[in-house]
Amino acid sequence: MSTHAADTSVKQSVVVEAPIERAFKVFTEDFGSFKPAEHNLLAVQIAETVFEPRVGGHIYDRGVDGSECRWARVLAYQPPNRVVLSWNISPQWQIETDPEKASEWEVRFTAETANRTRVEIEHRKLERHGEGWESVRDGVAGDGGWPLYLQRYADLLAHQA
Amino acid sequence: MANDNAQLTALADTTRRAVFELVAERPRSVAEITRALPVTQSAVSQHLKVLKAAQLVRAEPKGASNIYHVDPDGLASLRAELDRFWSKTLAAYKIAVEQPPEEER
Repeated sequence: MSTHAADTSVKQSVVVEAPIERAFKVFTEDFGSFKPAEHNLLAVQIAETVFEPRVGGHIYDRGVDGSECRWARVLAYQPPNRVVLSWNISPQWQIETDPEKASEWEVRFTAETANRTRVEIEHRKLERHGEGWESVRDGVAGDGGWPLYLQRYADLLAHQA
Repeated sequence: MANDNAQLTALADTTRRAVFELVAERPRSVAEITRALPVTQSAVSQHLKVLKAAQLVRAEPKGASNIYHVDPDGLASLRAELDRFWSKTLAAYKIAVEQPPEEER
């Protein structure tokens, strides 16, 4: 696994011992089974995570109480090579309803051998989360407006006060 | 992040935070920021200097004046968060995908 970074993107990759078709299938169909449990914007536990396999579809979490959280939209769906999705989660880990402020993540699958696949993730356009921060201006009224790092400073401030 | 304290201090001042929030809203010149706030231009310049030193804003020369932008390095924290997220996700994915296929439903 490797990590490198440009200013406004995050890149990671992993090589898995699986044919490309299976690598793609597991990544998309079973995404909910391996994404970190703390990735949950619902108030309750996640019952299932659904990846709708088509452009315009969503990834959504369904909570045990039936509530839903659509946190990604499928922008490109090209099995078994590539998917591109939006990331509609603000730096405060809340749903970002403004598509202009959503970043995007691309997953590329490359067959290295018949049974080995390289999976690369590029999560990019992160600057979109930081542009047009009207909410930051309103952030004094509600803490939802603060980007993560500012929230951290605000918390520190509160502790020091 | 080593800058936490500097950024914290920089944002502790109410006026300076207002200056930062104006720049965060959209890139602006010193004159534009001054017009939006009840303080002098030299006060705004001082605040920008502190914000710049704390790596919260960045100046880009445009004609005779500077346009202030949010420093993209301010995204460092978000990037670190996403880096952790993807590295955990890929590690768990590797385990899932390398399970013998017959274990599938």
